[in-house]
Amino acid sequence: MNGPTTAPLLALRDLHVTYATDAGLLRAVRGVDLAVESGQIVGVAGESGCGKSTLASTILRLQAANATVTGEVLFEGRDVLTMRWGDLRAVRWAGASIVFQGALHSLNPVHRIGEQVAEPIRLHTPGLGDASVRRRIAELLEQVGLDPERARAYPHQLSGGQKQRVMIAMALACDPQLVVADEPTTALDVMVQAQVLDVLSALVRERGVGMLMISHDLSVLADLCDRITVMYAGRVVEEGPAAQVFADPLHPYSGALSAAFPRVGDPAARFAPAGLPGDPPDPRQLPGGCSFAPRCPRAAEVCLPAEPELASYAEGRMAACVRIGDPTDSPVELVAETTARDGDPS
Amino acid sequence: MTDTTTTAVATRLTTRQLSRRRRIASWKRGWAQFRTHRSGMIGLGILVVFIVVALAAPLLASRDGLDVTRANGPVLGAPSAHYLLGTDENGRSVLTLLIWGSRVSLLVGLMATLISMVIGTLIGLVSGFFPGWVGRIFFRLTEWFLVIPFLPLAIALATVLGRSLFNIILVIGVTSWPGTALLIRSQTLSIKERPYVERAQAIGAGRWHQIGKHVLPNVMPMVFANTTLTVAIAILSETTLSFLGLGDPTRTSWGTMLDSAFEVGAITTGCWWYIIPPGVCVVLVVLAFTLIGQALEEVLNPRLRSRS
Amino acid sequence: MSLVAEPGLVAEDERSASQPRRRGYAAYVGLKVLGAIGSLCFMLVVNFLLFRVLPGDPAKTLGRGRLTSQAQVDAFNKTYGLNEPLPQQFLTFLKNIAHGDLGISLQYRLPVSQLIMDRLWTTLLLVGTSTILATVIGVYLGIRGAWNRGGLFDRISTGASLTLYSMPEWWLGLLLIAGLGVGFGFVPGLFPTGLLHSQNVDPNSLHGVFDTVWHLVLPVTTLTLAYLADYSLIMRSSLLDELGEDYLQTARAKGLRDVQVRNHHAVRNALLPTTTIIALNIGFVVSGAITVETVFSIPGLGLLATDAIGVPDFWVLQGTFLVASAGVILANLAANLLYGWLDPRVRT
Repeated sequence: MNGPTTAPLLALRDLHVTYATDAGLLRAVRGVDLAVESGQIVGVAGESGCGKSTLASTILRLQAANATVTGEVLFEGRDVLTMRWGDLRAVRWAGASIVFQGALHSLNPVHRIGEQVAEPIRLHTPGLGDASVRRRIAELLEQVGLDPERARAYPHQLSGGQKQRVMIAMALACDPQLVVADEPTTALDVMVQAQVLDVLSALVRERGVGMLMISHDLSVLADLCDRITVMYAGRVVEEGPAAQVFADPLHPYSGALSAAFPRVGDPAARFAPAGLPGDPPDPRQLPGGCSFAPRCPRAAEVCLPAEPELASYAEGRMAACVRIGDPTDSPVELVAETTARDGDPS
Repeated sequence: MTDTTTTAVATRLTTRQLSRRRRIASWKRGWAQFRTHRSGMIGLGILVVFIVVALAAPLLASRDGLDVTRANGPVLGAPSAHYLLGTDENGRSVLTLLIWGSRVSLLVGLMATLISMVIGTLIGLVSGFFPGWVGRIFFRLTEWFLVIPFLPLAIALATVLGRSLFNIILVIGVTSWPGTALLIRSQTLSIKERPYVERAQAIGAGRWHQIGKHVLPNVMPMVFANTTLTVAIAILSETTLSFLGLGDPTRTSWGTMLDSAFEVGAITTGCWWYIIPPGVCVVLVVLAFTLIGQALEEVLNPRLRSRS
Repeated sequence: MSLVAEPGLVAEDERSASQPRRRGYAAYVGLKVLGAIGSLCFMLVVNFLLFRVLPGDPAKTLGRGRLTSQAQVDAFNKTYGLNEPLPQQFLTFLKNIAHGDLGISLQYRLPVSQLIMDRLWTTLLLVGTSTILATVIGVYLGIRGAWNRGGLFDRISTGASLTLYSMPEWWLGLLLIAGLGVGFGFVPGLFPTGLLHSQNVDPNSLHGVFDTVWHLVLPVTTLTLAYLADYSLIMRSSLLDELGEDYLQTARAKGLRDVQVRNHHAVRNALLPTTTIIALNIGFVVSGAITVETVFSIPGLGLLATDAIGVPDFWVLQGTFLVASAGVILANLAANLLYGWLDPRVRT
């Protein structure tokens, strides 16, 4: 771990996050490994409650007070979790910044947006004069497609899409090496979503910085990302190149996520089971064996004894399922299987 | 014909039983939550002790002990084996006064709160539920009453109406409702928007039916929590009004005790037994109601609950 | 006077009222001023009803035993225009108030307006000092407690605040007099227990100023403790409301120090409801002063009112009630304007 030259920009190693709640221990993240290289966009997909937002919060050590984190979060080779406070504050925003979900409440309602964008700039480049800061804010707002005049506006005077653009401008304010986007478009309507995502990905690509993008929408991630990690009940169930994970998922859960978003012009998708029955398991009481088994259309006896480990199945593709390549399928399960395969354009 | 009527009655009974059972279950759940509140349980414990004392006053101390003409203790005597908390300027036992005073203080607090709750709930419901000018007028009225300074008004009213227990209750009751009304109004406004109320309205349910069936049951928990907080304020008000000499001269309350103690100069003469016990009782009872009210609010108010 | 639960109420109402239609601050001010004028009119009506209509026969109640003969009653009724029909009486009442004529005190044989003006400054000095001290200390306690919720500091300060909140402020005053003024056992009294200055000291000299400050120590301490209980609980609950907000997470992610997150972001928002309530409470000056002035025999508006109860000196009671409610309405207006000015969602 002492060779920063070879280390990726961000590497999570065996990350565990456990919340202490009144109703017992809640294991939100259970042994996640993940890496983001400079210039790379990595997506994390999963339903709400799968631990993906918890994961994002640990990157800048922003987890809630009742959370216990073990493992390593290596940013440029240094462990964020054990860093001194001063070093951590320097990493925050200047090294890695976050575009939070729900722009509605992520901006302080009583400060002008210009001040809020300026805050990290002033903090991380102390000597900068007022005029330079103002120029920088105008530049940033222009880059995200906002009138620089809007710097004087308060958050409530902006629309949801505009607020999210402000968040993006703010995230880029200190030229970070890594941007974490935590459901950046959740509260927005579809047209605005597309615009915001375009702005975000264009700016990230242009600057060659790394980005970790978290979303429940596998189709969006497939469009924007280089690689995708699929999470279920706090664990990684599949990891691989974005297009392949979406089009040809290995894990049944990725298959279900992929099928949840119908593709235009694909007749098979119209007959696909669009949803997945049931809810994710209560993280306080996880089932034994594969945690997806209770909802899995392909579940069998072999799934029950132990939680499957992540294993390599093809060049650069990993999944955690013991049933991959297992031919003994029941008819019902074959439908799901066929759908996924048919959806493959290649 | 009879057949359909019986089935109708039967179903009605079962739905009623069902809703009753559901209500009991929700009360039980609330109690289970309340029990986890340490401060709320402490408050409840203190309160139970005072209620028992007030109810059992005749058993604990003879009523004759209140009679000035029959008092035969020393004047402002210090605590002794016979007078555990000393005596007042008339030679009466302070402990006896304290025990009987708890009745008046609690009674005034509860009755005044009852008046305040009825007025506040009614005006709050009307101003929240009725659209247009009716609601607006009641809202204005609430706002106006909210800015009337309580103590000067209470002094003026008590002076004008004369000094009696009933007037004290009335004065506190009619001056302390605006806070409740505002709370009920904001609750009503949010409940009014809920789908089942809109549905009832669409079916053609009358206003008072909607209020009685849908709004009131949902508002009641908040009224309940607010009540305990209002009792605390009412008891404080009674004490203050009595201290200012506006209390019922024929009844002993903790407030009138403190008034007499102040008048006879118990502070300068160092008769701490005449000043400290009544005040401590007031603080304990008011604190008890406040703690219970806060715990109830947290149990009943979903907004506060989701916060934690 | 305010409940712990109130801040949310005020804030929510303001927000929901202002958000759908965004009007300028000027319009907002106009609306609030109109509202204040409405309240003022209502207050005048209440005042009139309270002292002319409710007593039934004013001559009997107002005079209470002083007016023995019928001739005296007639004279009394004539002086106060009580023979005229009610609307006419109301007009006279309004005219007199407009001219600053609040009647003649039965007790002092002086115009009530003059009595009030003489004593107003004493009350303002007492209550003003206490409010400032209580605000500073209470807000500080509330912030520290909420920021480390459940910690030792929080538990002690919340417990103390709740106890003080449950205490009649004048009883606290009595305890302070007994403990620090009179002295107990071998402990000598440290502070004067009453009045505003010593008898043989010229209040306008430098010595006199120190003497007044010396006399104010106990009453100001009493009121400060009473108010700060309220303010610290309000500040605490307002700040607790903000703690879960997303913008704080943003501020932390930016690399701000904990103190900066607290002061620049959380406190700035939590101060909105708190400021409103403190401003509102300032309106209750007279109410707050009544009991404490009585206990410490400080010649302010409060003592003027309590002294009038026993007589009963109706015109003094009416005058003090008038001043008290006008104070509340003004403070209410100030609170609203301040809230609008502090919260950009109302202002812009």
